[in-house]
Amino acid sequence: MTATSPDDEKSVLLDIRGLVIEARSEDTWAPIVKGVDVTLHREEVLGLIGESGAGKSTIGLAALGFARDGCRISGGDISFDGIALRELSEGRMGRLRGARIAYVAQSAAASFNPARRIDDQVCETAVQHGIMSRPEARKRARRLYATLRLPDPDSFGRRFPHQVSGGQLQRAMVAMALVCGPDLIVFDEPTTALDVTTQIEVLAAIKDAIRAERAAALYITHDLAVVGQIADRIKVLLQGEEVEEGETEQILYHPKEDYTRKLVKVRSVSKPGHTDMSDTPAIEARHVTAAYGKGLKVLDDVSVSVAKGATTAIVGESGSGKSTLARAMTGLLPPLSGGCHLNGVELPPQLKHRSKDQLRRLQMIYQMPDVAVNPRQLIDEIIGRPLTFYFGTTGRKRRDRVAELLELVELSPDLAKRPPAALSGGQKQRICIARALAAEPDVVICDEVTSALDQVVADGVLKLLLRLQEEFQTSYVFITHDLATVRAIADDVAVMYLGQVVEHGAKDDILNNPQHDYTKKLLSSVPRMEMGWLDRVLAERAKGREAIS
Amino acid sequence: MKLLEQAPLSAKFGMAIIVVYVIAAVFAPILAPYPQRAIVGSQFEAISAAHWLGTDHLGRDMLSRLIYAARNTVGIAVAATALTFLFGCMLGFLAATIGGWGDQLLSRAADTILAIPTLIFALMLLTVFGTALPVLVLVIGFLESPKVFRIARSSAMNVVVMDFVEAARLRGEGVGWIMRRELLPNVMAPLVAEFGLRFCFVFLMISALSFLGLGIQPPLADWGAMVRETAQLISFGVPTPLIPAFAIALLTIAVNFVVDWFLYKQSGLKEERA
Repeated sequence: MTATSPDDEKSVLLDIRGLVIEARSEDTWAPIVKGVDVTLHREEVLGLIGESGAGKSTIGLAALGFARDGCRISGGDISFDGIALRELSEGRMGRLRGARIAYVAQSAAASFNPARRIDDQVCETAVQHGIMSRPEARKRARRLYATLRLPDPDSFGRRFPHQVSGGQLQRAMVAMALVCGPDLIVFDEPTTALDVTTQIEVLAAIKDAIRAERAAALYITHDLAVVGQIADRIKVLLQGEEVEEGETEQILYHPKEDYTRKLVKVRSVSKPGHTDMSDTPAIEARHVTAAYGKGLKVLDDVSVSVAKGATTAIVGESGSGKSTLARAMTGLLPPLSGGCHLNGVELPPQLKHRSKDQLRRLQMIYQMPDVAVNPRQLIDEIIGRPLTFYFGTTGRKRRDRVAELLELVELSPDLAKRPPAALSGGQKQRICIARALAAEPDVVICDEVTSALDQVVADGVLKLLLRLQEEFQTSYVFITHDLATVRAIADDVAVMYLGQVVEHGAKDDILNNPQHDYTKKLLSSVPRMEMGWLDRVLAERAKGREAIS
Repeated sequence: MKLLEQAPLSAKFGMAIIVVYVIAAVFAPILAPYPQRAIVGSQFEAISAAHWLGTDHLGRDMLSRLIYAARNTVGIAVAATALTFLFGCMLGFLAATIGGWGDQLLSRAADTILAIPTLIFALMLLTVFGTALPVLVLVIGFLESPKVFRIARSSAMNVVVMDFVEAARLRGEGVGWIMRRELLPNVMAPLVAEFGLRFCFVFLMISALSFLGLGIQPPLADWGAMVRETAQLISFGVPTPLIPAFAIALLTIAVNFVVDWFLYKQSGLKEERA
């Protein structure tokens, strides 16, 4: 980490003063960014960090002189290299965007046109702005692919977006942003959608590319550990206002404000692992092999067990079969061979052959609370339905029980008559937990339940799950790709890789003494809240490769 | 109420017209100066104080028949459209929920019906089964339902993949609950919009069938039939046949104005959420 302090010799590239952005709700305009200043020097990287709703993406877009639909920039000045963006006509702004200010979005998959080759899309801006001819742009793109460490840079651009991996596509989008040699790049959560093992590669590529191109960058993320690896300075935002700004080192190690301290300290939930395997496991998958249709085996002889009142975390990258295992357990995907046992009794493989009582005992909580609750049902109905369905509770009794459950998940019973749209993501996830609890289950499958939530909110949900486990002795099958979450909640860990369980055992054994190569890589890829962590890990890996060759 | 005030002029106009039609249909016996079947004058009388719109080829009062026809035509159109939606939505949701072979079977059956020209198919069925009113409603309901089926199925498909539907399945809910409580509320918007449009098509189809003589049978008044009965007057330059035609056109336009507004409201809401 070469922390270049904003020395006076470097001129100010982006200067935002007193920025106010309003969003429309119903008929009134409500401010979502309330007078924020941003100063960015040439060749400097500024991290914008905050939870969702902090206004960080909105500020990022404002640096392009742009406001999303339903938003408007209503106050302040945005000056880019001495040009006042707010006074610029749309046409002249268009010439600036892409050419001198570029933007990298969170989801590359959604930003590329699947019907066109990557090269055409990467070169498009440069050719359209008349900066380069098409062959020149292609040549430059190839150089960028090499800088970004994409495989086979000469032919990479000839592929279609679906032919490359998510991490590669994200890097291709960085190439798209860099192709015109912009002075400023706005990165909006560029690694959030990626697995940790992929994230580290993309992060390293971005860091190198920014340095090689001598560009300045605004790096927007909710993950302080990530931004700590790449930014020179960090600005912390909360609900449209600045909390504090400082050198990366100061923010990470000596935060001034309480809120920043809270951000630095998240992921500090933890529980001592305990495993008591003497009992019959609450749920057990025995030699499960499963496939979608007649295709490739997604699960290959997978055996996992969860003790009563304990949590087993299933860890692995996307595509490793974690969620498929959950589908096999719930009966949505009957396995080709092997089976699942609940409290020692074999479950029918098909959902429709399972008894109501078996269904009740196995509940599920989903990743996206937004789509896991019916937006057209009131909270009362969402939580109350399992009560009626499994226990025949109705009327007053049901209302009381719903209120009780809401209190159990630390929500106000007044929410019962509200629609889900009135709730935040964290609250909705608590509703999902209450819905699962309503069935009084033995086992709850949690499928990435915290990955769609902000860290502070996610911590709250994890604490809640731990408390409930203590109270009701529920077992959790906890699917996640986030090792910090594993540390926080698991007793046992099963590491999945390419459809197989490569390691299964007590949490402490696996986290402290990983045996399998993949587990080792996974463990070393988790960003630490330390400066220079990225450089160190990469150096170690390079050394490891040298040693092998 | 606040919503109504905010509606654009075109929607207000559309709603006003629909209200007038509904009043005419409901209070036809009070509003109409003569019964719909009574012969009250000579053939093709001109417009006069006694007969504001003249008389038809049998000497019946045109205005009375126009008002009664609102009841017959609109009433049957509403019934047929409702039936269309009942068939279409139920089968569409069912196809989306069960998927696989059941979906294939239902979808191909719908495609088969769609492949045959509706009006000709309707003429054939009506010739075979007769032209009683329930038969007419059933035939139209049957023939139009594949179009609703397709919309219901494709909108429901987008909802079926949501986690909350999977949660309901895992809970052990039956197909009926999933269709009624999980799917229906979430696809109401496109279906309501489609109801407005489909109503117009059904309405025009009834008029077309009546014009061809296989729809609403005389002596019941119907706008389509009224156009046919008085069609020959066009050659004498008398505007009488245009009056029922105008009634048809006006209602069609009015319904579409309201539907447009509804669609606009829906899309507007979506933008706000995003």
